[in-house]
Amino acid sequence: MKIHEYQAKDLLAARHVPVPRSKVAFSPSEARAAAEEIIEETGNAVVVVKAQIHAGGRGKGRFKEDPDLGGVQVVEGAEAAEAVARRMLGKTLVTVQTGPQGKVVKRLLVEQGVAIERELYLGMTLDRTIGRNTVMASTEGGMEIEEVAAKTPEKILKEAIDPAVGLAPFQARKLAFGLGLSGTAFKKMLRFLSALVSAYDDLDCSLLEINPLVVTADGDVLALDAKANFDDNALYRHKDVEDLRDPDEENAAELEAKKWDLSYVDLDGDIGCMVNGAGLAMATMDIIQYFGGQPANFLDVGGGANAEKVAAAFKIITADPNVKAILVNIFGGIMRCDVIAEGVITAVKEVGLSVPLVVRLEGTNVREGKKMLEESGLPITTAASLKEAAQRAVELAK
Amino acid sequence: MSILVDKNTRLLVQGITGKTGLFHAEKSLEYGTQVVAGVTPGKGGSKVLDDRVPVFDTVADAVQKTGANASVIFVPPPFAADAIMEAADAEIPLIVAVTEGIPVADMIKVKRYLEGRPSRLVGPNCPGVITPDQCRIGIMPGYIHKPGRIGVVSRSGTLTYEAVFQLSELGLGQTTAVGIGGDPVNGTDFVDVLRLFNEDPATEGIVMIGEIGGSAEEAGAAYIQAEVDKPVVGFIAGTTAPPGKRMGHAGAIISGGKGTAEAKLEALREAGVHIADTPSDIGETMAKALG
Repeated sequence: MKIHEYQAKDLLAARHVPVPRSKVAFSPSEARAAAEEIIEETGNAVVVVKAQIHAGGRGKGRFKEDPDLGGVQVVEGAEAAEAVARRMLGKTLVTVQTGPQGKVVKRLLVEQGVAIERELYLGMTLDRTIGRNTVMASTEGGMEIEEVAAKTPEKILKEAIDPAVGLAPFQARKLAFGLGLSGTAFKKMLRFLSALVSAYDDLDCSLLEINPLVVTADGDVLALDAKANFDDNALYRHKDVEDLRDPDEENAAELEAKKWDLSYVDLDGDIGCMVNGAGLAMATMDIIQYFGGQPANFLDVGGGANAEKVAAAFKIITADPNVKAILVNIFGGIMRCDVIAEGVITAVKEVGLSVPLVVRLEGTNVREGKKMLEESGLPITTAASLKEAAQRAVELAK
Repeated sequence: MSILVDKNTRLLVQGITGKTGLFHAEKSLEYGTQVVAGVTPGKGGSKVLDDRVPVFDTVADAVQKTGANASVIFVPPPFAADAIMEAADAEIPLIVAVTEGIPVADMIKVKRYLEGRPSRLVGPNCPGVITPDQCRIGIMPGYIHKPGRIGVVSRSGTLTYEAVFQLSELGLGQTTAVGIGGDPVNGTDFVDVLRLFNEDPATEGIVMIGEIGGSAEEAGAAYIQAEVDKPVVGFIAGTTAPPGKRMGHAGAIISGGKGTAEAKLEALREAGVHIADTPSDIGETMAKALG
């Protein structure tokens, strides 16, 4: 799960990670009030107005309606903050990560201007090869860190964290020395690292990224940006994080699927898929493309679905206007083929069927399932193998 | 021959009084597996499945009284990590964790806890391990498996069934099929299982089914290149998966440009692995590779 920058900063600040003074704003007048408050408090008239969307590259991104305007603006005074907020809110920001359609900006972060001396990179995520969380730091902050990792991997410092120990003080020192810090900034960096690692553990993050992490002229160490992703498996113990979900940022079909505990990912193609098992669902998408088609979605109905859940899944697929054919591919292990057949028949009777439907059933209770589909009188194309089913679906979608 | 499990395996089921645990304990019994004990804290002293399986409060108790040498975990996600560690504390040689949805932070601790202990963990979020006609541990449909000469190792459940079904239809059968699970932090990886199959004289060929995310397939490819002379057939799911999206499995995600299907396929090809273009071709690709 992803959240906005301002939400990530709130969570971090509450866990003693230093962040600049900032406030979220949903309207131009709120942006003005926020700026006034921050200027009053810091005595610095420079504030930064940042578009809040779930995508990176906001600074370099441009608004569709206002092509000269980027998603991060440095302004002087509350009036200027309000003016730029008016230009951003309700407009569509296109960045390298949003795709050409962009994302509508509905929230802004108004933040104190900071006298930046150095920009560093700090990140924490799981290193799957060793099964441990790892802190990564680099002097090349602000840049595309993946580019740094690819071209100059020696510029990325890494410390893997032993879960029985946490971040050891010597590891924090290695990172801080490695970043070339000294004096006040060095000491503040040690505290920053310790707080960041604790926050990661405390919140069950899957990624924490501070880019840039800035050292100010006064030797302060601050998270100028913050990106936090969370382990979906652990959300059950973080109700407060779950509440930060922004429905505007999520796909409607994916939200509906979540209600039914279905694993669904919206894609750009025109062949809707319903499969049991994540690996088989991915492989079904792949085989559709292999035969020249494009999958409209990934959908794993899971192992323990009942007919009602199968019907819900089927309705999500048929509701997608791009879908020109549907492929149901089931290898019944725990999932029984007759349950799938019942769910499909129920859904078709309720919402109708305006596109061709290809069904491939194999495994537990396959005979019963096939018989139910035949006797339903519905216009269903059956296939003996996944290969045949995919070929048929691709033909019928054309 | 087989790897990991056979007719001498004495299975303990942790979480045996839950719906899924009980259902699959029964399926394993019907398959001919020796299901010798169950554990559910607080239900010790009772019996389940027509009084055939005694239930204990602790794994230590169950092991002491029944000589269980393998455990399968059907405990819900919030308590699953603890259940795995309890099994490891009792020094059970093989622990198979079926549970899906265990927090990553819990699994990081489990992995650390297992270091230096004699137990092998398979999973979590896996279908289990089966040696046809001898021992079924997990949730796979038993009847599609046939005794034979191919070892199967996979990160995905239903995709394993797909491969197993084809191998059975073609008369090749399986020595053992192992699901290593779809989570980012797991116990046994491809290299571990490839090594076991490579050393098992009854295994004449190996099917390896991977998916996007992580680099376990690349590590497997390197091992194959260095050590394996038996024919290996590979399939990688997720060629068309978009980056940054979790494809069902917690571990199936392309992040930071890493873990793509292309990179994995390339590594496998270089290691001399026969690639099945579609999941429907896994069986036939193996038949051809065996010559």
